[in-house]
Amino acid sequence: MRFTKDHEWVEVDGDVATIGVTAYAAEQLGDVVFVELPDVGKSVKTGDGLAVVESVKAASDVYAPVTGEVVAVNEVLTSEPETVNAEPEAAGWFAKLKLADPGAVDQLMDRAAYEAFLQTL
Amino acid sequence: MTMQTIGRPTRAEAIVGSVPATLTGGRGLLQDEPLIFELGGWSKTGVDIDEPALDAGDLGDLVRAAPIGLPGLSEPETLRHYVRLSQKNHAIDLALYPLGSCTMKHNPRLNEKVARLPGFADIHPLQPTSTVQGALQLMETLAHWLKTLTGMPAVALPPKAGAQGELCGLLAIRAAHEARGDGRKRVLTPTSAHGTNPATAAFVGYAVEEVGQTACGRVDLADLAAKLGPDVAALMITNPNTCGLFERDMLEIARLTHAAGAYLYADGANFNAIVGKVRPADLGVDAMHINLHKTFSTPHGGGGPGAGPVVFGAALAPFAPVPWVVHGADGLTLNEHGDGSQSFGRLSAFHGQMGMYVRALAYMLSHGGDGLAQVAADAVLNANYIKARLRGVLSAPFGRPCMHEALFDDRWLDGTGVTTLDFAKALIDEGFHPMTMYFPLVVHGAMLIEPTETEPKAEIDRFCDAVLALAAAAKTGDVERFKGAPFHAPLRRLDETLAARKPKLRWTPDEAAA
Amino acid sequence: MRYLPLTEDDRAAMLAEIGAPSVDALFADVPKAARIAGPVDLPPHQGEIEVERQLASLAAKNRSAGQGPFFCGAGAYRHHVPASVDHIIQRSEFLTSYTPYQPEIAQGTLQALFEFQTQVAALTGMEVANASMYDGSTAAAEAVMMAHRVTRRPKAILSGGLHPHYAAAIRTLAHVAGVEVVRQPAAVDAEADVIAALDAETACVIVQTPNVFGTASDLTRIAEAAHAAGALMIAVVTEAVSLGLIRSPGEMGADIVAAEGQSIGNALNFGGPYVGLFATRERFVRQAPGRLCGETVDADGRRGFVLTLSTREQHIRREKATSNICTNSGLCALAFTIHMSLLGEVGLRKLAAVNHAQARKLASAMAAIPRVAVLNPRFFNEIAVRLPKPATAVVEALAAEGILAGVPFARLDPTAGLDDVLLLAATELTTEADIAALGRALEGAL
Repeated sequence: MRFTKDHEWVEVDGDVATIGVTAYAAEQLGDVVFVELPDVGKSVKTGDGLAVVESVKAASDVYAPVTGEVVAVNEVLTSEPETVNAEPEAAGWFAKLKLADPGAVDQLMDRAAYEAFLQTL
Repeated sequence: MTMQTIGRPTRAEAIVGSVPATLTGGRGLLQDEPLIFELGGWSKTGVDIDEPALDAGDLGDLVRAAPIGLPGLSEPETLRHYVRLSQKNHAIDLALYPLGSCTMKHNPRLNEKVARLPGFADIHPLQPTSTVQGALQLMETLAHWLKTLTGMPAVALPPKAGAQGELCGLLAIRAAHEARGDGRKRVLTPTSAHGTNPATAAFVGYAVEEVGQTACGRVDLADLAAKLGPDVAALMITNPNTCGLFERDMLEIARLTHAAGAYLYADGANFNAIVGKVRPADLGVDAMHINLHKTFSTPHGGGGPGAGPVVFGAALAPFAPVPWVVHGADGLTLNEHGDGSQSFGRLSAFHGQMGMYVRALAYMLSHGGDGLAQVAADAVLNANYIKARLRGVLSAPFGRPCMHEALFDDRWLDGTGVTTLDFAKALIDEGFHPMTMYFPLVVHGAMLIEPTETEPKAEIDRFCDAVLALAAAAKTGDVERFKGAPFHAPLRRLDETLAARKPKLRWTPDEAAA
Repeated sequence: MRYLPLTEDDRAAMLAEIGAPSVDALFADVPKAARIAGPVDLPPHQGEIEVERQLASLAAKNRSAGQGPFFCGAGAYRHHVPASVDHIIQRSEFLTSYTPYQPEIAQGTLQALFEFQTQVAALTGMEVANASMYDGSTAAAEAVMMAHRVTRRPKAILSGGLHPHYAAAIRTLAHVAGVEVVRQPAAVDAEADVIAALDAETACVIVQTPNVFGTASDLTRIAEAAHAAGALMIAVVTEAVSLGLIRSPGEMGADIVAAEGQSIGNALNFGGPYVGLFATRERFVRQAPGRLCGETVDADGRRGFVLTLSTREQHIRREKATSNICTNSGLCALAFTIHMSLLGEVGLRKLAAVNHAQARKLASAMAAIPRVAVLNPRFFNEIAVRLPKPATAVVEALAAEGILAGVPFARLDPTAGLDDVLLLAATELTTEADIAALGRALEGAL
């Protein structure tokens, strides 16, 4: 699993990347009440808006950590947004992207680097 | 003698032991009340209406056959239902309502009386104008007061609220640029701006960019200068700003904005601080909306209705929306279609919030030009007095005197385990509506307090005493008082997460079964 | 002054606590050039007696609807509001309270809003309604913006029966939102003409029933055609009482209903404040503008109500909000709810039936006048008549005789070529004597 400074995580399997928000993010956001997922088929570049996570009093943007095309979204979040709080780095995934460049993920932080980064906040 | 013992004893006997819970859940005067849909009035009505003389056979299959699903109540039940509900509301008439940015001043009852005169309340907007000369004259008089107080040559009365006023201002600005063939794409707002500012700008099709703030809580001139450019349509500014501070460099801000060919739009939400003392025209403002429900005392009514007329400088006046009052040969009329003008069009049906104009004018006539200056003076005095009394206990992000509202942050709560939210909820138990919390966003855990000029010193002292007592409790670690608050309100803290995850926005018959 | 509680002693004591020499010192940040030098050029303060006298004299210069026969409608209707309604909305706790951002001490407002939302949804035949908009016309404009967001298409088709003010309000917003507005020519009974204009670019059709001419029509076929084309149908209703007799827009397939609620609980007030009703399908609710009140529980498990789905709104989403709207029409919505609670379905149906009956009498009386034609095939409480002369002059002449004889269509739209069309409304307040007086005066004026 790789991580971004904006607290997204990416898990790659072949040329498909699963993306979500980290446990740290889920804790900071508070109760997640709604997730606005992208359309399947949408193309995103690294840094583009991918999804929006809503808590009661705030809406936070989730950015695409890599470039690719959305091939699946986690419908479970539509009816059970609390999954993001319960299992942010597993069942609470947001979307799967077909990667333009599977190697691009290697540039992102690994878990050790991310944990170190969290210490600096 | 004859020994009469009826009615004894006549003073409270000593009571020993704890307070017993009531047997049915009642709480003295405070009454609970179900929804009207739970009172069983499906076949009742509280309005006596004669049988119609003719049927609706001519409407054929257009007639609504399916049940609508709405209960009725007799008059006594209706009164009781809504009076019981009213008991659960806090209100200005009960206590100081320190909501920063909202200007919760007293709502004079004379306003209500005159607004209900049949000559104002029972007139139709589309009657011939010859039959409503008094109404048109009232609109002209209100316009005159607003123009004189702001120093601006023109005013658009139609906007139905502050946010619609902002929309009106930006639409005029966009029309003005379009008329010159100058299609500018950006609007600047300070980071401290009220959410309606960027929302309105985006609505009108602009890209919104934020201008930073200095350490002393004001617009950063260098950042403003850097961000201004030939593609900026306007700067939206609030003065005094949402931190309660007067923008000292306002004249320079105006100069920079105009030099870039942009317009200066002022959000007039904080006009109460300067009414009668400063004219926005003298600050270089090109357009400003005025919240009649803030500065000019029209009631907040639990969320509305408001009114947001917009004063315009000469450059933007030609683009003002229809309708406006015109002096014709036979008296006053309305220009409702804007023919031959550069008006950007119509914002809404009819002529604006006449009911609020009457109320606002009654207030203006009562205070007079001299009184309104006193309003601003007392509003600023009250806010500074609060700042002085809370000084040293609550932390303030900006040191200088404030205008009509005092801003604190939550640094002073560090280490107590009590948040701004918790503090506000505990204030409810002490008998006050909380101050504005978490706004402006530029300050952490913001608490924005605006007393207004209609608060007596005794009430302000009572409020400060409560805040100081709670502050002391927070410092001594009395955390439960805050975390569980409110304890004494009609309801305890509500689950807003549940309401957002599983929105239940209406009553449905299934509930009866639940 | 009666609204200013501070005494000179108070002010002195407060300045001492602040440590400032004078109140002027507190205005030190204001550039001298910007301070008003002398007194403002406005009259000085006055007591209640004088203020009341002045405003009463202005009010006396207006002919109120109750002073004689009255037939104006065209989007604002004169109805009887029971005495209790105005009495309740003037209670301090309703009149002087704020937006319910602190729900624990605003359950009165919030429960009333929940009741309002339920009533509006039931009346319009829709799944969910918001806590009110400013008025019907801005509700309609917001509905078009919402349809544009939901369908991501750029075109709105406005029917020929839509109130011209509503069309104008829609156009103002559409212009800056990049939505193309196609407005069909004004027509007494042609709502269905929008069907022919539907295409793959259409976000929505906006139709009105009863329309501005008073014609009531079935929107079912229009809804079907719109849906088949991937568009939404927005139904506008300007006379809320009609919902007590005519089939609801929801039943007829509407996706959004934008209506004016003024007829219930609120006086004419020369055009405002009014109350916009906004209702839609549950699956669209996150795209809806305006406040929403939802049910929940408190820490003790007791039922309560809160504002919810706030992330759509300006104070959170800022530039990505579904609208810039901040207020709703709170007190007017409360008046609506109270009046609706008094009426109930039983009362509303009867009220609507009486309105229709009075309008039928009016129509008969008009049809009986030579050279006057009633143009509507079906109507609720408003009709359009064709006169043999321009309607504006006729209305002026009758006003001089003390009769407010409706609204000339040319007042709403002088470009439609319908200068001889007059809109006349009748309600439960219209008497047979009123209708007879109108008939006589009209015959005389023609």
